[in-house]
Amino acid sequence: MAEITLIEGLRQGMDEELERDERVFIVGEDVGQRGGVFRATEGLYEKYGEDRIIDSPLAEDSIVGIGIGTALYGMRPICEIQFADFIYPAFNQIVSEAARMCYRSAGEWTVPMVIRVPYGGGIGGGLYHSQSVEAFFAHVPGLKVVVPSTPYDAKGLIKSSVRDPGPVIFLEPKRGYRLIRGEVPEDEEVLVPIGPARISRTGTDLSVFAYGMMHHYCLEAAERVAQEGINAEVIDLRTLKPVDRQTILASVAKTGRALIVHEDNLTGGYGAEIAAILAEEAFGDLDAPVRRLAGPDVPAMPYSHPFESWFMPDADRIAKAILELAAF
Amino acid sequence: MEAQEDLQLNLNEESLLEMYGLIVLSRRLDERTWVLHRQGKIAFHISGIGHEAAQVGAAMALRRGQDWVVPYYRDLAMMLALGLTPKEFMLGVMGKKGEPSSGARQMPSHWSIRRMNVVSHSSPVATQTPHASGIGLAIKMRGDDAIVLTSIGEGATSQGAWYEAVNWAAIHKLPVVFMVENNLYAISVRQDRQMAVEHVADKAAGLGLPGVTVDGLDALAVHRAISEAAARARAGDGPTLVEAMVQRMTPHSSDDDDRSYRPRAELEALKAQDPVRLQRDKLMDMGLLSEQAETEVQERAAAQVEEAIKFAASAPYPEVSEASYPVYAGDRADG
Repeated sequence: MAEITLIEGLRQGMDEELERDERVFIVGEDVGQRGGVFRATEGLYEKYGEDRIIDSPLAEDSIVGIGIGTALYGMRPICEIQFADFIYPAFNQIVSEAARMCYRSAGEWTVPMVIRVPYGGGIGGGLYHSQSVEAFFAHVPGLKVVVPSTPYDAKGLIKSSVRDPGPVIFLEPKRGYRLIRGEVPEDEEVLVPIGPARISRTGTDLSVFAYGMMHHYCLEAAERVAQEGINAEVIDLRTLKPVDRQTILASVAKTGRALIVHEDNLTGGYGAEIAAILAEEAFGDLDAPVRRLAGPDVPAMPYSHPFESWFMPDADRIAKAILELAAF
Repeated sequence: MEAQEDLQLNLNEESLLEMYGLIVLSRRLDERTWVLHRQGKIAFHISGIGHEAAQVGAAMALRRGQDWVVPYYRDLAMMLALGLTPKEFMLGVMGKKGEPSSGARQMPSHWSIRRMNVVSHSSPVATQTPHASGIGLAIKMRGDDAIVLTSIGEGATSQGAWYEAVNWAAIHKLPVVFMVENNLYAISVRQDRQMAVEHVADKAAGLGLPGVTVDGLDALAVHRAISEAAARARAGDGPTLVEAMVQRMTPHSSDDDDRSYRPRAELEALKAQDPVRLQRDKLMDMGLLSEQAETEVQERAAAQVEEAIKFAASAPYPEVSEASYPVYAGDRADG
């Protein structure tokens, strides 16, 4: 098995879907000759041509709006929003149009499309190249929200997302694009279903829920606390909407303690939904209050290196939170 | 002279009478729906009175059922021309079970007719225009023989989404006709507070496509303009912006009161240019419509409207359980 990076997994997945289904195409800013600012679509323009790897005008609302139109006609667009921070002009098309099309037409019209969104901090991106936007979209019925954290899941989930009959917000932890490596089989098709979370480390003392880059920091923290005798279970949520309640509840039924980690702001963040699920459905299993570790409630991640470190949860802070929770 | 040309332009005597019949039907249906609202029998109506001639002229310039249409909420007459029945419209107005546009989920006049390639739209304006360009892009990618007509009010052309969508179509020479129904008012705001240009069609120059302004009170003039734009689109020569000058003879919607912003004398003056009467007079001048035929057209429309109201009034409301789906493609009641 070959070890590849997260972004290579993503590219392979898109390449295979473009090859498999001629209705699939990619549209976004700089996705063509440039191969994307992160190089996620590198080589695809050369392979599939300008009619299927389309450089859009610099207008995000139109990237999604045009994509919706093609999907209504039966195409399978993969729309790239260059940075999550630039998605807001497209918010109207995503939330008010793509998400509601099926419901508002009583199922007559559907919008099979993927909206790829590099998100998150740790790359010196400041306020407008570091944001996490998952909570906005996880709130919206009609959308699915997916966050792969490994090359295998990046490949398998992008392929499943392209095949999904509705709109999928596909959040890519961009700090992990080249940092995260992993094995992906070359001789078999990799498909990861939208929905199920993955227990990436089994444990008995407490459950740690995360996604994207935070999932890797949680694994690192779990190894550290293991040396102090704390056995943490780590769960990579992978799909935020629909959320895998079963896996979450089963884990907490076993451990009795839950920590949720994300780099998005704390208040109204995705962790609040997990905490609410546990409060409603696992109250009797809990041996300690549910704990959230998240980005602070400032408008976005500031640029200067110490500011960035202050904002982003890391393995140290996660390990500390685990130990506190275990000691409760 | 123009009438002779129109007779050659796919419009025979029969289709001219069909055109007029649809215009009358839309007006009767629209007026009657206002009455239903004033009687407290329905919650909402948004009117197309004054727009009918432009809408029917445009729809009949298309290959109906083959071309695609991305409309907006004032397009009752256009929808009737595309095959929406008065009964279906009344089911929507009353929020009854099986209403075809949205299963009674959306407010009335938020069209969707899948069998006629009419795409569902929402209430926030200009959100539909990018969809039209996207459909045009897909048609071009697939090499299909179809075009897209999308309509909008002049106020909505202030939206960034509208410029972005027209820009796309111009760049890629997409087979789209952008029709603007300019009635000079966006609820209460007049055109000179929406744009500095004299005509919406002037905006086309800045985006690199042709723009024309036509008399939207004249169904044949609109039919001609849309036919020419459609021919350009079919030939691969790209989009056209067609601005039809129409008049809004009612308040914005049943929830609006226009007395605070619209002089009564102005509204009165519009009646002299009522597009229904103008079409009637034209057909009579052409010798295609007798007084007796006119009476029959009116009576047929009135009967259809009453039949539709009766039908919809006795139709059941949807089951509350229907409201919970389909959130995702393939969702069912039992899912």
